[in-house]
Amino acid sequence: MADRRFTIKVGLASCGIAAGAQQVYDEFANQLSKAELNADLILTGCLGMCYCEPLVEVSTDGHERYLYGNVGPGDVDRIISQHLAGGEPVRDLLVYAPGLDPEMDLYFAKQVRIALKNCGVINPEDIASYLKAGGYQGLRKALEIGPEAVIEEIKASGLRGRGGAGFPTWLKWSLTRQASGDVKYVICNADEGDPGAFMDRSILESDPHSVIEGMLIAAYAIGAGKGYIYCRAEYPLAIKRLRLAIGQAEACGFLGGNIQGSGFDFSLEIREGAGAFVCGEETALIMSMEGKRGMPRFRPPYPSEKGLFGAPTSINNVETYANVPRILQGGAEAYSKYGTEKSKGTKVFALAGKVKRGGLVEIPMGMTIDEIVFDIGGGISTGKAFKAIQTGGPSGGCIPASLGGTPVDYESLGRIGAIMGSGGLLVMDEDTCMVDVAKYFLTFARGESCGKCTFCRVGSEKMLEILERITSGKGTSEDLSLIKNLGEAVKSGSMCGLGQTMPNPVLTTLQYFAEEYQAHIDEAYCPARQCKALISYHIDPDRCRGCGLCAKVCAVGAISGELRKPYTIDSEVCVRCGLCAAACRFDAIDVVSRPKSAEANLGVAQ
Amino acid sequence: MRITSEQSYAIEQIVNKYRNLSGAAIPILQEIQNQLGYVSPQFIEKVAELTEIPASELYGIVTFYTQFRLEPIGENHIQICHGTACHLAGANAVIEAFESSTGAKCGSTSKDGKFTLDKVACMGCCSLAPVVGVNGKIHGRMTAEKAQKLARELKGGDSRGR
Repeated sequence: MADRRFTIKVGLASCGIAAGAQQVYDEFANQLSKAELNADLILTGCLGMCYCEPLVEVSTDGHERYLYGNVGPGDVDRIISQHLAGGEPVRDLLVYAPGLDPEMDLYFAKQVRIALKNCGVINPEDIASYLKAGGYQGLRKALEIGPEAVIEEIKASGLRGRGGAGFPTWLKWSLTRQASGDVKYVICNADEGDPGAFMDRSILESDPHSVIEGMLIAAYAIGAGKGYIYCRAEYPLAIKRLRLAIGQAEACGFLGGNIQGSGFDFSLEIREGAGAFVCGEETALIMSMEGKRGMPRFRPPYPSEKGLFGAPTSINNVETYANVPRILQGGAEAYSKYGTEKSKGTKVFALAGKVKRGGLVEIPMGMTIDEIVFDIGGGISTGKAFKAIQTGGPSGGCIPASLGGTPVDYESLGRIGAIMGSGGLLVMDEDTCMVDVAKYFLTFARGESCGKCTFCRVGSEKMLEILERITSGKGTSEDLSLIKNLGEAVKSGSMCGLGQTMPNPVLTTLQYFAEEYQAHIDEAYCPARQCKALISYHIDPDRCRGCGLCAKVCAVGAISGELRKPYTIDSEVCVRCGLCAAACRFDAIDVVSRPKSAEANLGVAQ
Repeated sequence: MRITSEQSYAIEQIVNKYRNLSGAAIPILQEIQNQLGYVSPQFIEKVAELTEIPASELYGIVTFYTQFRLEPIGENHIQICHGTACHLAGANAVIEAFESSTGAKCGSTSKDGKFTLDKVACMGCCSLAPVVGVNGKIHGRMTAEKAQKLARELKGGDSRGR
């Protein structure tokens, strides 16, 4: 084996580290330093398969990829002695190997990696690794063909804003280029605030130079000399790797004065967000960068005309920028051959929720929801039925499983009341209460309303009151028409995207899951058994062994009984926290929600 | 709470560092919080004096952005993720378990100063949901039971978590 060269990559993005990948990396470093093996240990970013982190990839002479999942420091010894020294892969840890599992072959075959091309492949902390993978070739091409041709190329590629709104990227650039002013700016919007979305974080942590290169090309096309990356402070690793990348790019002459001898000057600075969801909106982001409260303002004038410090500014999202170097390098056609008529290329999604293979995926536009959930995601993790998918976070919609054949592109999703959004895809099973989900998103959006527009500020509060009523079994049928009207009013009466889209989760669940709302109202019944006021916990005397653990964990003393005899829960005292059910070793505690009519028929049970 | 001379000196240094930066108010306040742990009304007065940015404007910024805290943080900082994936995976039960076992409510510090509990929007580790950050270290696949255990351990004096 000594003649073969092994490469070992450990995925060290945030989710990998959270799962313990750093310890795995350190253990490899430690053991490899003692072993006489021809092996390189490489730190890499997100491999996309978050569901089985920590991930380790072993390849031989650059090919024959083997992916190990759920690797712990205790497994390192086996991988080294069996696979590297002995030539025999460690079967029980393998999640992917050529021809091992047709399901996993499909998982990879369905995806097209353009924006994520380098994620989990290169070392994000080393510019040499990026250069070796073709890095800064897009910039080279741009400098060769000139600014107008760059904009033409982006236009031909059909690239649209990946932050969610889908505005044509070339047009934004072109408008900013044409705007009058000597000073112009480009901004990268990395204020990824949608709960359940982590595309931008992964790209920044795994391939920061792609974003820098994309910004350089944009700045060159527009005529901007300065750029800012506005990044969430909640992403410390992304910020750390960006800082490192900026320093390396400066040292290699890709940032600074007279870049690569072209006469083009560009410098880049990071600004940390301070935790306000509304700052993802471009005018609010600008306010925040100017050191003010992040409150949106009226458009026009658009930032392309009057943006940061009053100068023409082009703001694009992380994923949009990551696509740019690839388009320049590979040509517009290679990009636009993917996708649908109006939505070209690929989109990165953060697949999460009750799905088997959660993680980061990149798909050609136009793929159906079912293909994403089942072929790529592997179906529902709980074994229960697929109920709905939610796109676009608090601005998006809940799409029922029955519309799983809908192609994922800007237009098709818009038609069914949802939005593409920035790329969060939350999968829900039948244990998810759609009224609760609507309430969750609305609670979030209400908390993030900046308070400027009355409809957004007060309307969200009132909508939430109605949902509170419904989920506590006190709703009326009038509430349904009231909340619908109010939702429409908030949409049309708000100035920025936050208010205009905040009612979407409510309106789409009303449209597609009306019977669930009705059950809460007419029957004080939560079919998914989630709404606290409508459920109760019961101990099944047949299954209970009387161990007393539930009584011990109960924080309010609602459970009583004698050892070795069935315990009981006092529903009056119980706060429905679920601690007892989680603690029970015998699965003896049931969560129950009963329709009013059923209770009347039964007489009151328990 | 009066401002100490060390704090006053640190604030002067930070303001000087950002003297030439346009729109510096937020980076200044962020660095004060990083170094001193919080941004008290007294710190705001000091910044206003040094930068000539009205204290009302600074106060407006500090209360607008969730990152800023006006009071010192507890010994252990517990950030409970309440992103969508975590919500679906039972974050509410985790929140309640932490609240009942630490005696602190989300967004505040316990009376004994041992715990500060915060609900955060999304930490981007959705595949490990529900997720909790304890003193900067992320713990995945939390349950109410694990939360109780963690709180007990931290109460016992091990302030680094596990």
